[in-house]
Amino acid sequence: MAKLRTRKHKVVLSRSAGGDAGITVMLTILGLFMVLPMVYVIMQAFKPLDELWMYPPRFYVMRPTWSNFRDLFTLMNTSWVPFSRYIFNTLFTSVMGTFGHLFIASMCAYALAKIKFPGHKWIFKTIQTSLMFHSTVTAVTSFILMSAFHMIDTYLAIIIPAWGYTLGLYLMKQFMDTNVSDAVLESARLDGASELRTYWVIAMPMVKPAWLTLIIYSFQTLWNAGSSIYIYSEQLKSFNYAIGQITAGGIKRAGASAAATVLMMMVPILVFVISQSNIIETMGSSGMKD
Amino acid sequence: MSAKKTEYKAVARKDLTYRAWIWKEMKRNWVAYLMILPYVLIFTVFTVAPVVLSIFISFTDFNMLQTPNIVWLENYINLFFADDIFLIAVKNTFIFAVIVGPVSYLMSFLVAWFINELSPRIRAIVTLIFYAPSISGQVYLIWGTLFSADAYGWVNATLLELGFIDTPIAFFQDADYVMPLCIVVALWTSLGTAFLSFIAGLQGIDRAQYEAGAVDGVKNRWQELWYITLPNMRPQLMFGAIMAITGSFGFGGVVTGLCGFPSVDYAAHTIIHHLEDYGSQRYEIGYSSAIAVVLFTIMIASNTVVKKMLSKVGN
Repeated sequence: MAKLRTRKHKVVLSRSAGGDAGITVMLTILGLFMVLPMVYVIMQAFKPLDELWMYPPRFYVMRPTWSNFRDLFTLMNTSWVPFSRYIFNTLFTSVMGTFGHLFIASMCAYALAKIKFPGHKWIFKTIQTSLMFHSTVTAVTSFILMSAFHMIDTYLAIIIPAWGYTLGLYLMKQFMDTNVSDAVLESARLDGASELRTYWVIAMPMVKPAWLTLIIYSFQTLWNAGSSIYIYSEQLKSFNYAIGQITAGGIKRAGASAAATVLMMMVPILVFVISQSNIIETMGSSGMKD
Repeated sequence: MSAKKTEYKAVARKDLTYRAWIWKEMKRNWVAYLMILPYVLIFTVFTVAPVVLSIFISFTDFNMLQTPNIVWLENYINLFFADDIFLIAVKNTFIFAVIVGPVSYLMSFLVAWFINELSPRIRAIVTLIFYAPSISGQVYLIWGTLFSADAYGWVNATLLELGFIDTPIAFFQDADYVMPLCIVVALWTSLGTAFLSFIAGLQGIDRAQYEAGAVDGVKNRWQELWYITLPNMRPQLMFGAIMAITGSFGFGGVVTGLCGFPSVDYAAHTIIHHLEDYGSQRYEIGYSSAIAVVLFTIMIASNTVVKKMLSKVGN
């Protein structure tokens, strides 16, 4: 038998110093690759105009200023469609899309995970298969279907498809499989609770991390949605699209566009920071069985 | 409880045919069908129906204006034998997918594994650093600034300073650089859901297994990885693979954002771009549906093959 070192009655796993060093070096290199462009965006956002167009360019900002953010707000105020409208569009579609998705997908996930009705297996298999292709594949035909339903150029064109996101349903179903005990549900049913009641009152409070994850995923997707082929009217377009228009303004707006990028990325990053532990917990059951 | 249930089923099946029994079960569980109805309806309309419809439309010359005619395989024949740009797109898509898919998969796993034994707080910070680019929307455009075509671009300025080049390189307008750069940027944004899934999977492995492994003669972390970690991670590895493959075939936004549309000499033109070109710009819906069907088939096929391969790992 191998000789084991122990500390506080726990086995100390063997870790070579060389391995530790190698891992640290690799992690540092990859980490720099990931973080430097992010740092550069922030640097750009705080550079005054003369530093943005300095030769040779400097990576770091020397005299940080808020002027780019001020420029951005001036640009926003002079736009043809008021910026508050773009913000409203994004918030409205994000909130409606997210809550509809949360409710509809979790109800379906509950039935698929916890009620053994004929067909539940192949319905889930079909939904799972759709994780295997990208939604751009169906964009053009979705357009045709939506125009048949008169949904083109309305908020519905963004909101309703969001209710059907697959990843959210998949994660919720997997999480319910492992984290909601059948015994508890069974006793609720024996006490005469209906399935709908069992789902809402018993199961849902047990899967808080999963619905938080669902909210965040759906919100992120909708928040980052740029121009959509389903929307023509300027006053229905998203905040991200409007920011993109400022960014597209070229050299003169380099500062404002960096400021806009920083503002846009802060939202999903902050949301993730707050909810990280819940998302990781949900991902614990994300694995695919076969 | 469960014993009682099976008994009930067994009895029910004796006096009922299989079909009658299914019908009975369906009636007993009618609430379940009601509960899945809203989602399944939306899923059918916006995911299943578009796929089925694409297949049908791909055999026609539908263009949103005239009554469509059935042209059978003409669209597909044109795609593969008359459309040179499509063949470029197929080639580029495969180059992207073959590099970005596996590299991002490997990177996600390795980073998740590297940080697994760090303290929770540090692990959370490192997770954020690696995950942030994938959720920050258009932040990848910063690569356009870093690699900007004039001497004000940081990379060009540095190369000029060091004397490697005499004139600035127009990185994103130069067919030689477009592809490698887009691959790098795609990798930069690719540590997403699969990465989080790996982190969670690694955290979920019981420490007792490693201790038991040590008792049984596992000598170092590499053996631990091979004999304990990987077999435990199979479900996450499977899920991560699907996320990585689908992502690597489906990205086109990065290219459009950085190189414009179309990219110079179609150097980074992918099937997604070709699809958008014919579908949302030229409204040749029949032709674009054929493109969509080809892409759909490629995605499903590669996912299925990789799933088969992964299910053999550790068996």
